[in-house]
Amino acid sequence: EKTRKSFGERLNAFFAKFRSVDEDFFEDLEDTLIQADVGYETAMQIADELRSEVKLKNAKNKNDIKQVIIDKLISIYDAAGNGEDISMHFAKEGPTVIMFVGVNGVGKTTTIGKMAALYKSQGKKVLLAAADTFRAGATQQLQEWGRRDGVEVVAGPDRADPASVVFDGVQTAIRGNYDVLFVDTAGRLQNNVNLMQELEKMKRIITREIPDAPHEVLIVLDGTTGQNALQQAKLFKDSTDVSGIVLTKLDGTAKGGIVLAIRNEMHLPVKWVGLGEQAADLRPFSPADFVQGLFKGLVD
Amino acid sequence: MAFEGLTERLQNAISGLRKKGKVTDADLRETMREIRLALLEADVNFDVVKDFIKTVRDRATGTKVLEGLNPAQQIVKIVDEELTKMMGEEAVPLNKSPKIPTIIMMSGLQGAGKTTTVGKLALKLKNEEKARPLLIAADIYRPAAIDQLQKLGSDMDIPVFSLGTDVDPREIVRQGLAQAAENHNDYVFIDTAGRLQIDEELMNELADIKDIAKPDEILLVIDAMTGQNAVQTAEGFDQRLDVTGVVLTKLDGDTRGGAALSIRAVTGKPIKFVGQGEKMTDLDVFYPDRMSSRILGMGDMLTLIEKA
Ligand SMILES: Nc1nc2c(ncn2[C@@H]2O[C@H](COP(=O)(O)OP(=O)(O)OP(=O)(O)O)[C@@H](O)[C@H]2O)c(=O)[nH]1
Ligand SMILES: Nc1nc2c(ncn2[C@@H]2O[C@H](COP(=O)(O)OP(=O)(O)OP(=O)(O)O)[C@@H](O)[C@H]2O)c(=O)[nH]1
Ligand SMILES: [Mg+2]
Ligand SMILES: [Mg+2]
Repeated sequence: EKTRKSFGERLNAFFAKFRSVDEDFFEDLEDTLIQADVGYETAMQIADELRSEVKLKNAKNKNDIKQVIIDKLISIYDAAGNGEDISMHFAKEGPTVIMFVGVNGVGKTTTIGKMAALYKSQGKKVLLAAADTFRAGATQQLQEWGRRDGVEVVAGPDRADPASVVFDGVQTAIRGNYDVLFVDTAGRLQNNVNLMQELEKMKRIITREIPDAPHEVLIVLDGTTGQNALQQAKLFKDSTDVSGIVLTKLDGTAKGGIVLAIRNEMHLPVKWVGLGEQAADLRPFSPADFVQGLFKGLVD
Repeated sequence: MAFEGLTERLQNAISGLRKKGKVTDADLRETMREIRLALLEADVNFDVVKDFIKTVRDRATGTKVLEGLNPAQQIVKIVDEELTKMMGEEAVPLNKSPKIPTIIMMSGLQGAGKTTTVGKLALKLKNEEKARPLLIAADIYRPAAIDQLQKLGSDMDIPVFSLGTDVDPREIVRQGLAQAAENHNDYVFIDTAGRLQIDEELMNELADIKDIAKPDEILLVIDAMTGQNAVQTAEGFDQRLDVTGVVLTKLDGDTRGGAALSIRAVTGKPIKFVGQGEKMTDLDVFYPDRMSSRILGMGDMLTLIEKA
């Protein structure tokens, strides 16, 4: 059956009949990139850059070609982020505040649970603030992560103003000499103006209490999301000046290709990837691994 | 650029040709390109787009020029009709067992909206049919999944059956069903943990729960923002469980929701409901024609066509 081949299978099929790098090759390449959610325009752009890649014309076998493509994709990714800082930012003194934003169900709370475990294992004193006072069971979910990680959680009553929980969290972090405060916020869709304003307000309160905070605002994007992720990145960046991306659920069959488009258009770096539901399933983002992932299933 | 509707795209593509009142092969090729692009930008699966374009091209080629409609309008009309046809012509209601209880089992990836949808559907049945549902908490993995369902249940005054997180989900379902029988609940919802369709162990668990509960309805819950991967997900769950219906969530966002078309194309299963928000009342019956216009981004064009 010709349909529903995986990305790797398609490329394999292409390589199997490969003779020379011709126009068909580039069209197939565009198609495969589109199927990884890279998006139409970005796929065209990448294919065009590869069209003018001399090394590709000189490549002798399919492994050469594969390597040239992978190298090129990495360099395209890197070029878009030229001069960008992909490290995590920490306060010079006092608590570092890391705020999490994103649409519903992408993995914000889980990522906090994972990252808190990581920083705690590095000897940092970690605090979590349960500022999702809206979704049923959201506070308990974060508290359960707090229990697993062995870190404290600041929470308010059900349906409390999330800004008040944020305020309590920041105060507790300052008074208790915590190193890192994670602020969990409720999921919200980027086109919901009221909820986006609520988020801005939370951020303002953090800055009011600690002028250079939040030190990071991480947008969590679900790796299975298609073109809408671009819209998410844009609107969350507008409202909370996002400093980086966490790309989750890459343990599934989705490739998360949309981050290439986001990187191209908005110069927002991916800082972390989520690879499962357990505390250990968090990794710093590696462009090489990511691009390899796009080609997963290829023969070596 | 991104999310420009098909209407604008086609208007641009065919703007010069309107006076001709006739579509040439070259026009058609250009037009098909624009349709393809619009569908891809809406996240319709690549292979599904291919098949769809072929159908539309065949029809458009044989179409006579209609009085009063310019070529762009005609093609949009064909596209819309074909899309609606593909999506199922009308809304399909929830399956119902001839004798109580009707058993509804949830399935889907992590964070798709299963638990929220259980709450919404239970409330809908309670309000519309004075139903007395029981919700079974069979997600023992996600932190506080049971608290979440219990909170929803208590807010709506709907009972939740739970055995905590130390009992196997199969056993939870067995005992939950026994309780439903005892209490004469007319509906039973089984909330399951989110899982990847490639996770053998957890997919086996779902298959076992299906064998135990013999559900009247197995709902696959899918996030409307899903990209090209929607096809793999839907196929994976459907092959294993033979789902009976689909719920598309988070349609209150600004996504085009092309996943709807992909899912429908690969599973052939009806999309029964759409989630339009986080509140328990934010659930609507699925309307194929509305979804079709949404994917294409062409509300205005349709009004135009209707007027013509
Ligand atoms: N497979 C997989 N599942 C994940 C990953 N990250 C999170 N999840 C799961 O996705 C679901 C949603 O995660 P949450 O952390 O609750 O997401 P959230 O963004 O906090 O959700 P809301 O607060 O409801 O908006 C849970 O079942 C998580 O276990 C990941 O990297 N891989
Ligand atoms: N905006 C919006 N949010 C929704 C909708 N349906 C669910 N959600 C939100 O999506 C997030 C995930 O929903 P859940 O019901 O927890 O999803 P789930 O599939 O049970 O998640 P897991 O059990 O972790 O796999 C929550 O924040 C919900 O409030 C919807 O139709 N619109
Ligand atoms: Mg959360
Ligand atoms: Mg759930």
